[in-house]
Amino acid sequence: MIEFSFWDILRNLLLAARWTVLLSLVSFIGGGMVGAALLFLRIGGQRWARLLSRGYIQLFQGTPLLMQLFLAFFGLGLFGIDVPAWLAACVALILWTAAFLAEIWRGCVESIAKGQWEVSASLGMGYLQQMRYVILPQALKVAVPPTVGFSVQVVKGTALTSIIGFVELSKAGSIVTNATFQPFTVYGLVALIYFALCWPLSKSSQLLERKLNVAHRNH
Amino acid sequence: MTYHFDFGWLIESLPVLLKGIRITVQLILIGAVFGVALGIACAWVRALGPKWLKPVVATYVELIRNTPFLIQLFFIFFGLPSLGIRMSELSAANLAMIVNLGAYSCEIIRAGIQATPRGQFEAGASLAMTPFQTFWHVVLVPALQRIWPALSSQIVIVMLGSAVVSQIAAEDLTFAANFIQSRNFRAFETYIVSTLIYLALAILLRQLLAGLGWMLFPRKASR
Repeated sequence: MIEFSFWDILRNLLLAARWTVLLSLVSFIGGGMVGAALLFLRIGGQRWARLLSRGYIQLFQGTPLLMQLFLAFFGLGLFGIDVPAWLAACVALILWTAAFLAEIWRGCVESIAKGQWEVSASLGMGYLQQMRYVILPQALKVAVPPTVGFSVQVVKGTALTSIIGFVELSKAGSIVTNATFQPFTVYGLVALIYFALCWPLSKSSQLLERKLNVAHRNH
Repeated sequence: MTYHFDFGWLIESLPVLLKGIRITVQLILIGAVFGVALGIACAWVRALGPKWLKPVVATYVELIRNTPFLIQLFFIFFGLPSLGIRMSELSAANLAMIVNLGAYSCEIIRAGIQATPRGQFEAGASLAMTPFQTFWHVVLVPALQRIWPALSSQIVIVMLGSAVVSQIAAEDLTFAANFIQSRNFRAFETYIVSTLIYLALAILLRQLLAGLGWMLFPRKASR
């Protein structure tokens, strides 16, 4: 039997953590773009667009991420594509992230006083101009802390992709456990690596919130 | 796309699905009750508890909130037996959910407590209530009322997150779906059905919690 040193375990886990980071980045950036599109539909003038976007958000917030991963994995396969795990993981995580970000950002946009909409409308601005020049610059400031906070959920969400066979940190944890028979050490380390990824994000979200709140009080 | 959908398996698989639903409901009921209780206890420690206990609770909350539920579950189910703590799949799933919800609800409830004006504590003290009585009657109930929507959302999130417990072979709804699709080879349809069941459970749970909030806090918020 081969003996595994502590360093062997840690090194393999850290190598796999790169995929967790990459997948988180892809999901967050992709989800941000889809989420922005959803946001525009959600608060725009068209009734059908609002309903559609709301239905999308409720569907994705009301079902387990794991099920969404399974559906992406097996659903894309129905089109005759051979779906690799990374593709299903990216698609599901992007769609899931988009739903949450759209809802978070909607709250931020709605926190902008109604008068701002009316003033900009009275200046003859269209919907997109209002958003671009008046609403979004203000909403952005409110949106930063919760958005950073949600990125923690995205990092943690990537752990589920191990279940459809994408080899990232969690999957590596299972593989290493099966080789070393040291679940306590391995899963403890996996948890600590996740913590090292997530905690700075959580903390900076809290700090940003405090900082921007102070700015608010000075108004 | 020349795929033909087939839901004919649904009738014969119904007992398996129903059992899965029962386990999922059971998990979230136990998880919610004990998780929120743990959250209240931790929030008390952080607000008024003994000084030495505060960093312990803070570490617990931060550790749980910054690691995935799946890893917490694996750690409890696969890791703890090395320390001689063995438990069944269902107990491990229950414990993981309680520990997880406990940390989140601690943060949520603490936010509600922090929003309580300082004078409320002093008013309680001036009525000769012990600090614990003040906490329970004067601080906690209004705090819970204030944060009830956030707490409800968190409970729903934990319910949806519980889909993961199928990975340690706890026989919840996802486990049932995995079992059924391995028999009928209709993976997509099976997961669509179970996804819709989860959606229905989430909506139901949300309504139930809203109703519970209505019952527990009949008075209007005093703000």
